[in-house]
Amino acid sequence: MMPFLADQFANPSGSHRFARAARQAVDEARDLVAGLIGCRPGEIVFTSGGTESDNTALRGVAAVRPGQVVCPATEHHAVLECVTGADGAVVATDATGAVHLDALAEAVPGASVVSVMAVNNEVGTITDLAAVSAVVRRASPDAVLHTDAVQAPSWLDLRDLWPHVDMLSLSAHKFGGPKGVGVLVVRDGVRFAPLLVGGGQERERRSGTHNVAGIVAMAEALRLTDLERVQSVPRIAALRDRLVDGLLAGIVGVHETVERSRKVAGSAHVCIDDIESESLLFLLDEAAVCASAASACAAGAMEPSHVLAAMGVPRTRSQGALRLTLGRSTSDADVDRCIEVLTEVVQRLRRRS
Amino acid sequence: MKVLMALSGGVDSSVAAAELLRDGHEVVGITMRLWGGDSDTGCCSIADVDDARRVAQQLGIDHLVFNFTDDFDRHVVDPYVQAHRDGFTPNPCIECNRHLKFHRLSERADLLGFDAVATGHHARIVDVDGVRYVARGHDAAKDQSYVVHMLPQRELARTLFPIGNLTKSEVRQRATELGLRTAAKPDSQDVCFITHDGGRATFLGSRISFRSARVVDADDGRDLGSVDAIEMVTLGQRRGIGLLGGGPKRYVVGIDHATHTVTVGDESLLSTDAMSVRSVGWAHEAVVGEVRVQCSAHGATSLATIGSAADGGVVVQWHEPQRRVSPGQSVVFYDTSDQRVLGGGIAE
Repeated sequence: MMPFLADQFANPSGSHRFARAARQAVDEARDLVAGLIGCRPGEIVFTSGGTESDNTALRGVAAVRPGQVVCPATEHHAVLECVTGADGAVVATDATGAVHLDALAEAVPGASVVSVMAVNNEVGTITDLAAVSAVVRRASPDAVLHTDAVQAPSWLDLRDLWPHVDMLSLSAHKFGGPKGVGVLVVRDGVRFAPLLVGGGQERERRSGTHNVAGIVAMAEALRLTDLERVQSVPRIAALRDRLVDGLLAGIVGVHETVERSRKVAGSAHVCIDDIESESLLFLLDEAAVCASAASACAAGAMEPSHVLAAMGVPRTRSQGALRLTLGRSTSDADVDRCIEVLTEVVQRLRRRS
Repeated sequence: MKVLMALSGGVDSSVAAAELLRDGHEVVGITMRLWGGDSDTGCCSIADVDDARRVAQQLGIDHLVFNFTDDFDRHVVDPYVQAHRDGFTPNPCIECNRHLKFHRLSERADLLGFDAVATGHHARIVDVDGVRYVARGHDAAKDQSYVVHMLPQRELARTLFPIGNLTKSEVRQRATELGLRTAAKPDSQDVCFITHDGGRATFLGSRISFRSARVVDADDGRDLGSVDAIEMVTLGQRRGIGLLGGGPKRYVVGIDHATHTVTVGDESLLSTDAMSVRSVGWAHEAVVGEVRVQCSAHGATSLATIGSAADGGVVVQWHEPQRRVSPGQSVVFYDTSDQRVLGGGIAE
C-alpha cells in the first residue's frame, strides 16, 4: 500500500494517466477479492469497513423493501443497532450462540432483510450458514439474506459461504489489512439505497473517493490469508487447545464458554469464577498480556456482554469473561507465558478479594 | 507510592495528577463510568471522559475507565429516587463519594496493587496523635471537606487529596503552566445525572408518580393553593409553591406526605434550637460536647453542643437558633477550630 501513500497518490476517478494507474490498482484489487470470495467483480462494493458494510446491508435494503429487519441476539452492534433502531426482530440463540432455527423460521416471514453472522466475534461460534439459508429461503423467499463475515476469513473459505447468502460484509483489519477499509459483496440483482451518495463511485452504490492504499492492501491481505489458511488453522487450533487446557488445569473455576467443535481455531473464551474482567484485564495488561472481555462503550468502559447474555450465561459468570485471540503470529512461548501470567493474576486477585 | 488518580475531566483532578507526578509517585489515571444516561453538567459525560483521557496523555500516564454503573444505580440513583418518594432531600454527590469513590474504587485500587486513591477534592488529611482526619482545604471558598466527610480511618489511610493545599487560582495557574486542556474548564456544580434543561422534574417524573398537595397557611390552616408534586418541595422553599404574589413572604415550613399538605408560613417558623441526626459516622471515636456544625456544601458552620441519642443518633443543640435542615441532608461536625472533620450523619 505504501506507493499509494506516497507518489502514486492520484484519485482513480480522474481521466489522466496518473488516475488511470490508480484506477487499475483498484480494479485489480477488485478482481483479486472477487476470486477469493467466488463472486463477480461487479458484486464487490468497497467500503470504509465492516460497520459501513453492515449498515449499508441492513439500512440500505430496508429502505427499498417492505418488511422487518431480523437478526439473532448475538450479532455485532453494527448489525444489532440497525435492527433495534428500526424496531426489528431479534431472535433468540442457544447456549453456544447459534440462532434457534425454529425461532428464526417464525421471525422471518415478510422480512426485508435477515442478517446472521458467519462467525461470532466474542465467543467464536461458527454459524451453519447452509442451514440458516435453507430456513430463510423457505420461510421468507423474498427476504435478502446478509451475513457479517468479518471474523471469517482467517478460518473459513469465503467461497463456501458466498453461495448461501445475498450480501456479505468483510473488514480488512480482521485479516491483516489496514483499518478503515472493507467490502460489501452484493449479489447481482439485489437492490439497496446507498448510504453515501455523491460522485457515484462503485456503480452509484457507494460514493466517495476510493481509499486506494487501503483497498490495495486489503486485497493483498486477503490473498495471503487465503493462501495460509489451510495450514494455519490446525496449527493455531493446537495452540488454542493447549492454552485453554492449561487454564482449565491450572486454575480452579474456569469455564470454557463454547465447545471447540463449534468454534473457530483462534478463539479462546472462558469465564473465570470470582473475578471481575476489568480487574483481570488491568493486571494482564501490566504483564503485557493484552486481552479483552466484551465490547467497550463510547466512554471506553466495559459493557456487560450482550452475546453472553443472549447465550443465557448468568451475570455472575459473565462478569468474569475473558477473550483471548490467537493468530498467525502466536507462538508456543506466547501460550506458555499466557498460562503462567493468568494463573498468577487470578491467584493474586482471589487472594486479596 | 503507586496511586490510582480519579480523573473527572475537570481542572482540579487534572492538576492533582500533575502534583502526584511532581512528588514522584507512580500514577495511573482512572475515570469511573457511573451514569449511563444523558449528562451536561460537566461531570461524567463522554466529553468529560475524553478530557480526562487527553489530560492523562498530556501528563504521560495511563488512563483507564471502569464501569461502575450498576453500583451507581444501586447506591446513588435508586436511593435518590426513593428519598424523593419518601419526602427526603438527598445529597447524591455525598452518596457517590461514600459508596463509589471511597468504597468501590478504593477496594478496586487495593485489589490491583495500588497504595492509595487520589481525588481532586479541595480537602486535606491531617494526622493528630496518630489519628487521621479530613480537614478543610486551604482555599476556604472552595473547601470540599463537607462532601468527603465520611471517610473512616481505613479509607483515610489510603487516600490522597493532592490539591488540598492549593487555592483555586493556584490550581488553574498550574494547569495553564502545564498546558492542560482543562485549565479554563468551568467547574461542574450540579448532580451529574440531572441535565440542565430537563432538571429534577424530568428525571424524577419518569421514575415516580408525583402526587399533588394542598398548600396551607401555618397560622390559620386556610388553603392557599396547591403544588403538582409534593416530592419536589423542600423545607425552606419560597418559590414555585403555587402562591400568588403579594402579601408577606412565605416559606415552606412543613411537608406532610400522609395528608398531602405543604404548610407555609413566616421565616421565623424555620428557626429551631435543636435537630436530630441519624446514620452517624465518626472519623475516630464518638464525640460529645461543643463542636461546629455545617449543614450544606457551602454553608457556614455554627456552634452547637452534641450528645448521643438513645437510638444511636446524635442530638444537636444549637447555641443560637438556626434554620431547620431539610431531612436527608448531610450534617457534618467539625472541631471547634472549624478545621477538622470529627464525623457526620443525615438530618432527620
